[in-house]
Amino acid sequence: MTESYRVEIINVSKSFRAVHALTDVSFNVKPGEIHALVGENGAGKSTLMKVLSGVYRKDSGTIKVDGKPVEIRSPHEGRQLGIGIVYQELALIPDLTAAENIFIKRLSGGWGLIDWRDLNQRAGELLRGVGFDIDPRRKVSHLSVAYQQIVEISRELSENVRVLILDEPTSVLAPREVEQLFTALQKLKAQGVGLVYISHRLDEIFRIADRITVLKDGAVVGTVLPGEVTPDNLISMMIGRRLSTLFPRRDCRIGEEVLRVEGLSRGSRIGNVSFAVRAGEVLGIAGLVGSGRSEIVRAVFGAEMIQKGKIVMADRPLKIRSPRDAVQSGIALVPENRKEQGVILTMPIRKNITMPNIRQVTGVMGIVRERKERRLAQQFAEKLQIKARDVDQEVADLSGGNQQKVVLAKWLSTNCRVILLDEPTRGVDVGAKVEIYNLINELAASGLGIVLISSEMMEIIGLCDRVMVLREGRVAGMLEKPGITEVNIMRLAVQGAGNGTAVALQTN
Amino acid sequence: MSRRQTGSSEGTAPESGMASGRPWDNAVALVLKYNTVLIFLVMIALAASLSDVFFSEKNIFNLLRQVAGLATVGLGMLLVILTGGIDLSVGSLTALASVIAAYFLGSMPLLPALMLTIAISTLCGAVSGYLIAARNMAPFIATLAMMTIARGLAFIISKGSPIIIEDPTLNGFGSAYWMKIPLPVFVMIAIFALVAFILKFTVFGRMTAAIGSNETAVRLAGIRTGWYKFAVYCISGAFCAVAGIISTSRTGVGSPIVGTGAELDAIAAVVIGGASLNGGKGTAFNTLLGVLILGLIGNIMNLMNVPGYPQQVIKGLIIVFAVLLQGWQRRSDA
Repeated sequence: MTESYRVEIINVSKSFRAVHALTDVSFNVKPGEIHALVGENGAGKSTLMKVLSGVYRKDSGTIKVDGKPVEIRSPHEGRQLGIGIVYQELALIPDLTAAENIFIKRLSGGWGLIDWRDLNQRAGELLRGVGFDIDPRRKVSHLSVAYQQIVEISRELSENVRVLILDEPTSVLAPREVEQLFTALQKLKAQGVGLVYISHRLDEIFRIADRITVLKDGAVVGTVLPGEVTPDNLISMMIGRRLSTLFPRRDCRIGEEVLRVEGLSRGSRIGNVSFAVRAGEVLGIAGLVGSGRSEIVRAVFGAEMIQKGKIVMADRPLKIRSPRDAVQSGIALVPENRKEQGVILTMPIRKNITMPNIRQVTGVMGIVRERKERRLAQQFAEKLQIKARDVDQEVADLSGGNQQKVVLAKWLSTNCRVILLDEPTRGVDVGAKVEIYNLINELAASGLGIVLISSEMMEIIGLCDRVMVLREGRVAGMLEKPGITEVNIMRLAVQGAGNGTAVALQTN
Repeated sequence: MSRRQTGSSEGTAPESGMASGRPWDNAVALVLKYNTVLIFLVMIALAASLSDVFFSEKNIFNLLRQVAGLATVGLGMLLVILTGGIDLSVGSLTALASVIAAYFLGSMPLLPALMLTIAISTLCGAVSGYLIAARNMAPFIATLAMMTIARGLAFIISKGSPIIIEDPTLNGFGSAYWMKIPLPVFVMIAIFALVAFILKFTVFGRMTAAIGSNETAVRLAGIRTGWYKFAVYCISGAFCAVAGIISTSRTGVGSPIVGTGAELDAIAAVVIGGASLNGGKGTAFNTLLGVLILGLIGNIMNLMNVPGYPQQVIKGLIIVFAVLLQGWQRRSDA
């Protein structure tokens, strides 16, 4: 006798060129079950869900929906089979009402006309069905993030969804809102919807999941019941390797202070933050998403306004009003979002690398000396081992890791003294990650001061000499080398904010 | 400008495109890549087959002289469009320049009059540039305002009627020849060479295109993006003055109605030349071809005695066709 599954994935594989994103993955969801999917960044969770929802097509394997084998060739076909997905980034149209967003594809009652009363009534029913009395006539931009998420879930429900995938649904929610979301999920369970719950927050998973599947490097490590394992077991299943192999030791000769920030404040986002970085030191900034990590480095770099506070470099106060001021003072920023802020995709590697220090390769009248430029770019491309045909190749053609190296090369070619790294390994494969780790160590060894923001706990623990933990835009504590542990960081990051278990591997 | 991507950071490898070595595919790719050149050649061939007089020296130089103004304005427009902006004021600034050049010639010698004209037009561009770069106004809005302001000023200064110029030097320039080539054509070539040089060899050209591709990344590299954005509108204004002076010298009058709709022709030329209105993509050579293509359409139909109204329809169709071709190219690139 076979158990009935809402959806069953059997031995599915998927590769992108030479990279095996998924290898023989089997995964299933029962009706009325919350099945949690966990794993590190790049473990293949999102790829698996994209295969299931039709964004990607599997290379091999079988997918069954309600027992019937299916081919899901597009998100549209996925929808028709009853597979809905709510992404981490909400995909609502802010200026439309809740009802309009829910029925965006079927607004018309006929003849291209909208029957507002009917529309609002049906939307109201859906919203109440998940336990929320949200006015369907309210504009989405006027709703809280949690309510927006409920609207998005209701939109999926409006299409008769049988399996609902939630990708990091709580990463944008306040603790009270998380409770609201869980209420809705319980209602969906009761209605027999199969739920796939992707999250890095282990405490949540232990609270609501019926089963947990761990993915690592594109393969299933195991499927367990929450009662059978401890959070620690789960973490070691996810990591599966020892830290020392990823993070080589470095002999840190820490020198003089190169940058000091005093009493940095900006509205309610940053409150009185002070810290200092010394030459040869890697200072980590840890904290939950939304704790103000990026805002702080962006403010130091002049990309965001500073309301109060001082930035001091080698005992000299700096006036930083724009990124230009920061660059001229020897501060560099590798921004959080590589493609939108770090590189110019349509330009060759060479032009990207010389962007901040183009004067080094220009002659009279601002004429770029291409030979000299190419030589400079080549020198840094080799130093950072950027894998490309030549320096004239467009950055868009490179892998994520190599794109990130272009961003680093760009700053190394200026003579900066402090580098601010905001999530430098996001969206980068494991091999390139290790190269970037080595590079960070080398840069520190060469006497640069480094500030590293990372949501990957392993990186913070493995790379940093000191760690500043933030909570709600304020410094919650400073940790020094032997004290940099996951438990200490998380305790500071969530202290007072949540109840439940303090263990939460926060990786996105 | 934010281009939000849905989905998460995992799985960055895109689906691989179709790479084929078949000669036919290569030929198609080549045609699509050089679609502006292709359209240009087709137009030439069409013109030559439809009219015997097309290849006559007189006709060719007439054509070139006619497009000299549009080319000048269009190349300025290219710089603006490369940054991701747009300049709707070019037609009006041409008229304003035409009028003030004639007006100043009534009271001062040639050189200061022309210098002053260029300075005023540049200043108008600077006002647009300031509003856009420093006050964050949308380029469309800022230059739309400048468009009506400049046109209004042109009418005020000329009191609504053309100003006839007496200066024989300027009067002769527009219709004069050197080595059988009309002088405005030399101006056009000079402007073209200047813009091509700027775009290919200078930091200014590099940054202009980079800003249009990804302004945030350029700003975060410590580049003064605002300064470059400001500068392109100044240059566009200066080029409008040159076009206005050419117009005045050719017709012998400073007229407040010249350049009506020229902003649209200039944009059309840049777009036919394969530039992207989102910025970052476009070359001086292709823009020049775009200008010549527009000129050819008019020239062919004039030679064939097609009346003005159908000419407009055909011009519109050719713009649509050119841009469709580019769309195919982009898809085959992906």
